[in-house]
Amino acid sequence: MAKQIKLAAHFPGVNNTTVWSDPRSGSQIDFASFEHMARTAERGKFDFMFLAEGLRLREHAGKILDSDVVGRPNTTAVLAALSAVTTHLGLAGTLSSTFNEPYEVARQVASIDHLSGGRAAWNVVTSPDAWTGKNFRRGGFLKREDRYARAEEFLATVRELWDSWPPEALLGDKENGVFAKDVGGFVHSGPQFDIHGEFTLPRTPQGQPIVIQAGDSDPGREFAAKAADVIFSRHGSLADGQAFFHDVKRRLVTYGRSYGDLLIMPAATFVLGDTDAEAAERAREIRLQQVRPATAIQFIEQVWSRDLSEYDADGPLPELDPDPDAEPLTWGRVRHEQDQLALAAKWRSIAEERKLSIRELVIEVTARQQFVGTPRRVAETINEYVQSDAADGFVLVPHLTPVGLDEFVDKVVPELQELGVFRTDYAGPTLREHLFRES
Amino acid sequence: MVSAQLHLGVAIDGAGYHPAAWRVSAVEPAALFTSGHYLTYAKLAEAASLDFVTLDDSLALQPGGADVVRGRLDALLTLSAIAPVTSRIGLIPTVTTTHTEPFHVSTSVATLDYTSRGRAGVLAVPSLTDAEAAHFGRRAAPADADAQAENADVVDVIARLWDSWEDGAIIRDESTGRFIDREKLHYVDFEGRFFSVKGPSITPRPPQGHPVTAVYGDSPHAVGADLVLARVNDLDGVREAVSRFPGAKVLATITIVLAETEQAARDRQRTLDELHPSRPDGLHFVGTPARLAANLQEWADRTGAAGFHIRPAVLPDDLDLFAGEVVPALRVAGAFRQAYSGKTLRDHLGLGRAVNQYAGV
Repeated sequence: MAKQIKLAAHFPGVNNTTVWSDPRSGSQIDFASFEHMARTAERGKFDFMFLAEGLRLREHAGKILDSDVVGRPNTTAVLAALSAVTTHLGLAGTLSSTFNEPYEVARQVASIDHLSGGRAAWNVVTSPDAWTGKNFRRGGFLKREDRYARAEEFLATVRELWDSWPPEALLGDKENGVFAKDVGGFVHSGPQFDIHGEFTLPRTPQGQPIVIQAGDSDPGREFAAKAADVIFSRHGSLADGQAFFHDVKRRLVTYGRSYGDLLIMPAATFVLGDTDAEAAERAREIRLQQVRPATAIQFIEQVWSRDLSEYDADGPLPELDPDPDAEPLTWGRVRHEQDQLALAAKWRSIAEERKLSIRELVIEVTARQQFVGTPRRVAETINEYVQSDAADGFVLVPHLTPVGLDEFVDKVVPELQELGVFRTDYAGPTLREHLFRES
Repeated sequence: MVSAQLHLGVAIDGAGYHPAAWRVSAVEPAALFTSGHYLTYAKLAEAASLDFVTLDDSLALQPGGADVVRGRLDALLTLSAIAPVTSRIGLIPTVTTTHTEPFHVSTSVATLDYTSRGRAGVLAVPSLTDAEAAHFGRRAAPADADAQAENADVVDVIARLWDSWEDGAIIRDESTGRFIDREKLHYVDFEGRFFSVKGPSITPRPPQGHPVTAVYGDSPHAVGADLVLARVNDLDGVREAVSRFPGAKVLATITIVLAETEQAARDRQRTLDELHPSRPDGLHFVGTPARLAANLQEWADRTGAAGFHIRPAVLPDDLDLFAGEVVPALRVAGAFRQAYSGKTLRDHLGLGRAVNQYAGV
């Protein structure tokens, strides 16, 4: 039997993937936008919807970045509210293991799991810089090299708290006056956390809510193989995806886990059209909206660490090299590559070989996994990736808030269902059942 | 004489405020860990056009033995889960301030204001116990005075963060390629004895500008709070709280045990106390709905309290009687609204639009 595809919807974020200049673009803050996308994802029988977390507004050249979408609500409060307007959709959010403590994260995720009847998921991330820490009590306390040590122990501690109430602890015996017994005791003593006491929540509907890990580094892969249910990745080509898939899955055996225990879900965008040519043309237009001239300059300034505002985005790359000793010009953006000089050299060779302007180059190098074509073509391509073990499914990143998912649900989901590789209805009420029972 | 209009909030914790409530209530114990339970009572309160519901919280398990309710959901998240499916009732969760991040407190309350479309408040409470400190392992339980001072700092800084985006900061100006007008965003640069916060918030200014901030009347630092809940045992204590917090709406906390006759009410109280003796703080009323309606008006007149924070001893029983009989009697007397006239919690409480401390700076 063919593998069943897993699908998640990423609520559009505060980066240039989200096109705010389109007339259909709505509020990224109002609850109505979250409700619309969640209801759409649930109509499409998606596994879950995912929200990122904001800890500090991004800055560029000493000023708050104003060219992309700015501002978002609190992740857990939105997820809890979404539990009221959905019945089956999984509700996933990022919570930093740096600027939170295990007891409160365990409480929040367990509360959402209870409130939603077993649909909560937590994406564990680390945020180690002092710049972000200026909004928090502890400041920049975490060294970069210690971040996985903290994340691992953080997750292990949260899991201990989730397990702290035995399944039958809540007796509710009115006659004899026993509400609960053996409640919530825990002791955790380790290098990162030394805590003990009682947890405030009974065991949740999922027992253990779903845990997601995002990150491509070697320690990140190991962490996911050891402890996560889902891994978010960003691998473009089929071959890259397969290499990542096999590398992560082979690590599972070390931890006594089997192949199906960890799902690999790369992020992907999509553009549909009535013909492949029309979709390709729309994709090109969207890329131009996403990478405006000012965005392109900011993007290379991030690597050069220099003020390049005098350069023309439609002209060639600067001749001068990045300043590797300068303070970063951009704060709050995810940086995937550390060696600025090597990255600049790589870009320069791409630009020279293909005669690309700054803007064209940025469009080229910031492209991520994209499904472009007719609904049938997109469905077949997604299915090919999954059946050939480049992924277990995808996290779809629409470029419009909140209507960006509508077309996918209306047109691609029926194609996937017709191919027999995607559910036509939910088999159970919990996210754990969506992700693991059907496979 | 026409009484002043009372403000009325109701606590919807557990199966009621009496420790034995869960044993006599029709509520299923497991329901306390579902959103439907709280939605039922919030809708009852909304149907009676009450100002708000409160939900208590703590970072430790409730004290007591096996015969009391132990365990609870995060209060802010629980009220978030009923926000989209209620329309007028104010939602005030307890949020603790000692071991939590002021930045997260600010954004989560702002978000409750968005999901409820302007009905959020926050009851800011410090964590004083060793048990809570041991759950975090970062610091010892603070001295009472320090915890209260820090609580006041948190109330201050969460409002600064709400104001750190001026209204109208999102401009979506395509001609200049600017999503926001960054001149309307402000660093708060708060540095206090206990923590510092740079800002601005990650979340734009919420619909009410400032969600309603509340503290308990025993707090020595209620300056700046919109609402004070006075947990005192007699009317002199209420009068004293009113004089101590001249800028705030002071509501007196009162536990209620109602029945159609005085004797039946006393019997209910005795049954509860036989199961679990209890002497809660705050005012205490045992009697008929008609007498409670008369007493509430009289006590408000005599103390200057703006209203009451009602704690039903048993849910749904005492809330049913309060909504079904006390509220209509207050309306007949002209002491309570016939229906909501506004949409936001600030509207209900007669608080004006909150001024932004950074606007025009």
